[in-house]
Amino acid sequence: MNLERKAVDLRLEILDLICSAGTGHIGGDFSAIDILTYLYYEGMNISPDRVDDPDRDRFILSKGHAVEALYSVLADRGFFDRQALHNTYSRLGSPFIGHPNNQLPGIEMNSGSLGHGLPAAVGIALAGQMDGRPYYTYVLTGDGELAEGSVWEAFMAAPHFKLDHLVAFIDRNGLQISGRTEDVMPQGDLAGKLRLFGWEVQEIDGNSIPAIRAAVQHAKETQGRPSAIIADTVKGCGVSFMENRAGWHHRVPTAEEAAQARGELMQKARELDERSGK
Amino acid sequence: MSVPANKQVICDVLKEEVQREPGIVVLCSDSRGSGSMTSFFDEYPDHSVEVGIAEQDLVTISAGLAASGKRPFAISPASFLAARSFEQIKIDVGYSHTNVKLVGISGGVSYGALGSSHHSAQDIAAVGALPGLRVYLPSDWQLTRSLTEHLVRDDEAAYIRVGRSASPQVYGAGELQFEMDRAVTVREGGDLTIIACGDAVYEAVCAADQLAGAGIRCRVLDMYCLKPLDAEAVLRAARETGRILTVEEHSIVGGLGSLVCQVTAQACPVPVKSLALPDSEIVTGSQREVYHYYGLDAEGICRAAREMMPA
Repeated sequence: MNLERKAVDLRLEILDLICSAGTGHIGGDFSAIDILTYLYYEGMNISPDRVDDPDRDRFILSKGHAVEALYSVLADRGFFDRQALHNTYSRLGSPFIGHPNNQLPGIEMNSGSLGHGLPAAVGIALAGQMDGRPYYTYVLTGDGELAEGSVWEAFMAAPHFKLDHLVAFIDRNGLQISGRTEDVMPQGDLAGKLRLFGWEVQEIDGNSIPAIRAAVQHAKETQGRPSAIIADTVKGCGVSFMENRAGWHHRVPTAEEAAQARGELMQKARELDERSGK
Repeated sequence: MSVPANKQVICDVLKEEVQREPGIVVLCSDSRGSGSMTSFFDEYPDHSVEVGIAEQDLVTISAGLAASGKRPFAISPASFLAARSFEQIKIDVGYSHTNVKLVGISGGVSYGALGSSHHSAQDIAAVGALPGLRVYLPSDWQLTRSLTEHLVRDDEAAYIRVGRSASPQVYGAGELQFEMDRAVTVREGGDLTIIACGDAVYEAVCAADQLAGAGIRCRVLDMYCLKPLDAEAVLRAARETGRILTVEEHSIVGGLGSLVCQVTAQACPVPVKSLALPDSEIVTGSQREVYHYYGLDAEGICRAAREMMPA
């Protein structure tokens, strides 16, 4: 499967979902979708017919507001019905809530309030280590989210427990609601900080499937400590007028903006098809 | 006769049960000594997790373990567990439906003179307000044992608050008839019902025995189950004794007294008087002194009971 092409299709799905529901967090969805695409279509040992398999890999979306990205991936992978998702997302009584909910197949933990995903992943990875299970636990946090103190409790705990089957992606798109993360609460040398805490740290282009693939492979080869992958991403990645604009954190595109976004994404899809000879 | 502290009883039960149920994991936040869990950690290191002074992650790591099939018991001072970790309890335990047992040690005013930072006078109100959480305040060591044996085996989250020192014995040998989520009738009587929880149950029994000498026959209910509250027992008491006195080591806001009133007011309105800690800073002193100061001891309960009786 051409994962770059898949990531474009998923961006189109996310765009449709947000436009039809009139709500969503498109900027963070688009910065994170390449990571989700790699994990759900190649990297992780998961399947919709084995959602309770004790050896399945786990994924926790700590930045739960990027739920449209997760829903779109899970629907496309067959965990639940795409039409039901698009017909009911965020509507009264829908199981498809505006943040991940573990009553849905394929979702491990509820999130929404920030700073919960990494410690939850520590607990899940610890259980696997205690039982000698082979699974990997992946968690995706935002970068603005790192201001939450509970994240740093987990940054300390994971190396202490030597959780080498824990892989933490940090979606470092550099923007949060109020503006630049470095202006709101600077993180400075994040990689250096995490190395001092005892993590194996990689800094990659988080919108590059080959870079994500290589980083996960390196994380899996790392023994005795957890891996942090600082994913340098672009908020709104894939649509020119959304890229690197904090305003697209949770803005819903107008009909004209949606049409332009769709046009850009379909152009990208055509280019990828031509390149692959289709 | 000396009796074990309720937290020691929880440790004893976990040491017995872990041999049958390998999923049991005990987590502490630098609290294994104060939580009487040192022997568990020493004897079962593979079932023990120390997270350091980090109550938020104590709860969320427990939730992650539970989501992966473990049966975690998170043990930490009630003052920190129920307040510092409130959002973790709300989201990672209640909302995420994880089978985490939260054990709040040294609850209420157990820490006495250490001050309001160390008191947990709002935990029934706070944790009880969260969907998916049950709340228990066992009285003596026997009730704690029966309750823990039940909780170890069930699959829902719960918050259990126990004291710091040994709680006075309420039940004689073989006397406790324990039924999960049912109040225990400790004394039978028809003039007044005293409903109490935790260490206050002993004070209520002492008061009832003193009042019996004065011809006032009190029913005493050990309402260890705050949520789900045994509403049937409350309504029976309201119908059969006509007046209710509640006693608790908790704020007057949102605790046992509030919960009882909510039941009686809707289905059988009768006079209810609530003895509790005030909605303000709590006076400095030992647990005994604080009980006496606010009238939560047998003397204060007798006084309040007499005031409720017709002249």
